[in-house]
Amino acid sequence: MASLLASAGPVLGERSRDEAAAIPETKEAMAAVEGAIPVTLRVNGKKYDLQIDPRTTLLDCLREHLHLTGSKKGCDHGQCGACTVHVNGRRMNSCLCLAAMYQGDEITTIEGVGQPGNLHPIQEAFVAHDAYQCGYCTCGQIMSAVALLTEPVGPEDAEIKELMSGNICRCGAYQNIVAAIQSVRQSARPEKAG
Amino acid sequence: MKTFELTRADDPGQAIAVAAKANTAQQGADIRFIAGGTNLVDYMKLNVETPRKLVDVNHLPFDKIENLPDGGLKIGAVVRNSDLAYHPIVRKNYAVLSEALLSGASPQLRNMATTAGNLLQRTRCMYFRDTAMPCNKREPGSGCAAITGVNRGLAILGTSEDCIASNPSDMNVAMSALEATIHIRGPKGERSVPIGDFHLLPGNTPNRETVLEPGDLITHVTLPPPSPGNRSLYLKLRDRASFEFALASAAVVITADGGKITRARVALGGVGTKPWRSPEAEAELTGQSATPAVFQKAAVAALRDAKPQSQNGFKVELAKRCLVHALKLVTQTA
Repeated sequence: MASLLASAGPVLGERSRDEAAAIPETKEAMAAVEGAIPVTLRVNGKKYDLQIDPRTTLLDCLREHLHLTGSKKGCDHGQCGACTVHVNGRRMNSCLCLAAMYQGDEITTIEGVGQPGNLHPIQEAFVAHDAYQCGYCTCGQIMSAVALLTEPVGPEDAEIKELMSGNICRCGAYQNIVAAIQSVRQSARPEKAG
Repeated sequence: MKTFELTRADDPGQAIAVAAKANTAQQGADIRFIAGGTNLVDYMKLNVETPRKLVDVNHLPFDKIENLPDGGLKIGAVVRNSDLAYHPIVRKNYAVLSEALLSGASPQLRNMATTAGNLLQRTRCMYFRDTAMPCNKREPGSGCAAITGVNRGLAILGTSEDCIASNPSDMNVAMSALEATIHIRGPKGERSVPIGDFHLLPGNTPNRETVLEPGDLITHVTLPPPSPGNRSLYLKLRDRASFEFALASAAVVITADGGKITRARVALGGVGTKPWRSPEAEAELTGQSATPAVFQKAAVAALRDAKPQSQNGFKVELAKRCLVHALKLVTQTA
């Protein structure tokens, strides 16, 4: 674990805004749920104190409790990749994570990768290469692509295709997705995990 | 999903003490360890698994890959599949394991899934996944819908009249060919189980898949030192090029000297109800020349007892060709 973790680039830069985000309406609503447990999550550099049902997946927590709706629910079974987020710099399927198990971890969603006016190079490349059609899978594709930049992966298109296989695109934008990722890898020469 | 209590174990003794109170460590366990969750959370969403208590074992000190004094390798139970696959020693000395892991699932899932979790990976049989259908593995005595139903992807080796569910793991196949040992700590102490004895044939109790009892916690897996001069390889055949379970796969670990095979370890995936080591194929190969005719004899021996179902007869020939091709590839460069 150490080698990948250590080399996973700080996507966010070193943000450390520790103030607990105030989302009183959510807390009040959830306090009424029987069996809710206190959970503290760090998402995109912000700390959130929540009361959630232990069954809540990280994906549902992000979308329904934190209103970070960039991460999408496709299959809800780890098969489509639309829910991909980073946990401590590593990409994971948030639909198969129980949110309460990720306390103390640094969670990054598409909202933390880039914003309009301050896009991540992968986001810019997706725009430049028209790497999407309907856009539903795109946030997951970008989260996978950003993580891939720090993973051990060879230079060929075939390796990109293999390592992007956990992200399904029903529109079939695959060719342009590969082109977008390759353009960033070739121009930035990002550091690679060993 | 049924509700549950989530607890976090900070030391192994605590985890074992909690889980020792479980009704079983097999299908239907009311207390479950959870690590990556890739399999368990999926099955909880489907109500195939309905534990009332989960014990989070991610923080136990079993996250290291270490060299053993005898030249072997010790792999912690919660080492992630991606970390194991990319570990330099695994790539160098146990290539078959790295290849098997990287052929399985997706990068996201491999970042989550653990060594012990992969050992315990459940079948993908669609009737096991569907609580509206009969399934002896999920609900003993309810019948097997697969035998008379959609069984194209299911097992042809080790089946019974009650269950034909295939073991879907790639890692387990490589671990079988590498003769891994599974180390377990439980309420009565520690024990070690060779991987060949760890998974059970379905027989008339397909709900029992492993030798694990309540409270048994897998702590690590050990691999013996690599056999000197060996070459190993994992070949996986499937319906899609990536992110798909095997229709047939072969893990081969071969030592050859001057064109003669001096040592052979062979295991098949996608075709067995458990990871399928084939001593029959190994016997046909050992002491013989590395030729296509010998490979074919080994493949015939490995599939001799195959029992195809209505839709998966093709797997008999596919598995043979898979093994023959794997042996060709691994001996080409030997």
